[in-house]
Amino acid sequence: MIQSPRGVEGPRDLDRGTVPPDGRPLADQPKWRRDFPIDWAEDEYVSRRDLVKFIVLTSAALVVGQFWILFTSVFSRRLAPPIGEPIARVDELSIGGAKTFTYPGGSTPRLLVRTSATAFVAYDQQCTHLLCPVVPAFELGRLHCPCHNGWFDLETGRPLAGPPQRALPRVLVEVRDDTVYATGVEESAT
Amino acid sequence: MTRRLRMVRAQRMPIVNAMLAFVVLIVILQLWLLSATMNAYLGGDASTVVPAALGSLACLGLNAGLLWYLVGLD
Repeated sequence: MIQSPRGVEGPRDLDRGTVPPDGRPLADQPKWRRDFPIDWAEDEYVSRRDLVKFIVLTSAALVVGQFWILFTSVFSRRLAPPIGEPIARVDELSIGGAKTFTYPGGSTPRLLVRTSATAFVAYDQQCTHLLCPVVPAFELGRLHCPCHNGWFDLETGRPLAGPPQRALPRVLVEVRDDTVYATGVEESAT
Repeated sequence: MTRRLRMVRAQRMPIVNAMLAFVVLIVILQLWLLSATMNAYLGGDASTVVPAALGSLACLGLNAGLLWYLVGLD
């Protein structure tokens, strides 16, 4: 309660909230409005406050999203891909030859390239720009994405020219007993 | 004479609007943080995941504090 020039007023009087939309006094209003007066200013205050509450709820949802990425990151480190999956025979590819395969099973297509008598490299075949398949340009020592003229280094998978900004994910390979095995996948780095 | 500590609505309304502006700014920051973290993580860079999660949690704490202050106004 507070003292005012008109006497003692309650909080509602001080707020002067119950003002009909047409501005006339409450006594001149129709009966339904007198029976159910809506405090428009209070209504606006409450709805604004509820909006703040809802946005804080959205903030909590974004934190859940961040922690979902965190848990995914932790679990993907623990779940190592299968080791030693055979993907080609050594005599299957001549020097400069290439072959597509999937590793692990059901993955996106990978590209295996023989770079010398004893060396093989393998990458994800999807360009890191817009997922077009890359093709080997062995004589240039590069991989080429023909869609937007992107170029990658054949030895490292790093982008050299064109729109791609990230390196191709590399598949680790080992040669044992005249067979090429895929042993793991290195995600691309910027 | 009795003094009333509770603020009248005319005083509370600008505070609510200011809180709303702060909270919206913080949520936009969190949204940017989430999209940047997702982009980096899918690009193979997981080093930002933990700091971004902690930063987002701090933003939520700030928002909760502002909301707590707002509830205290009534």
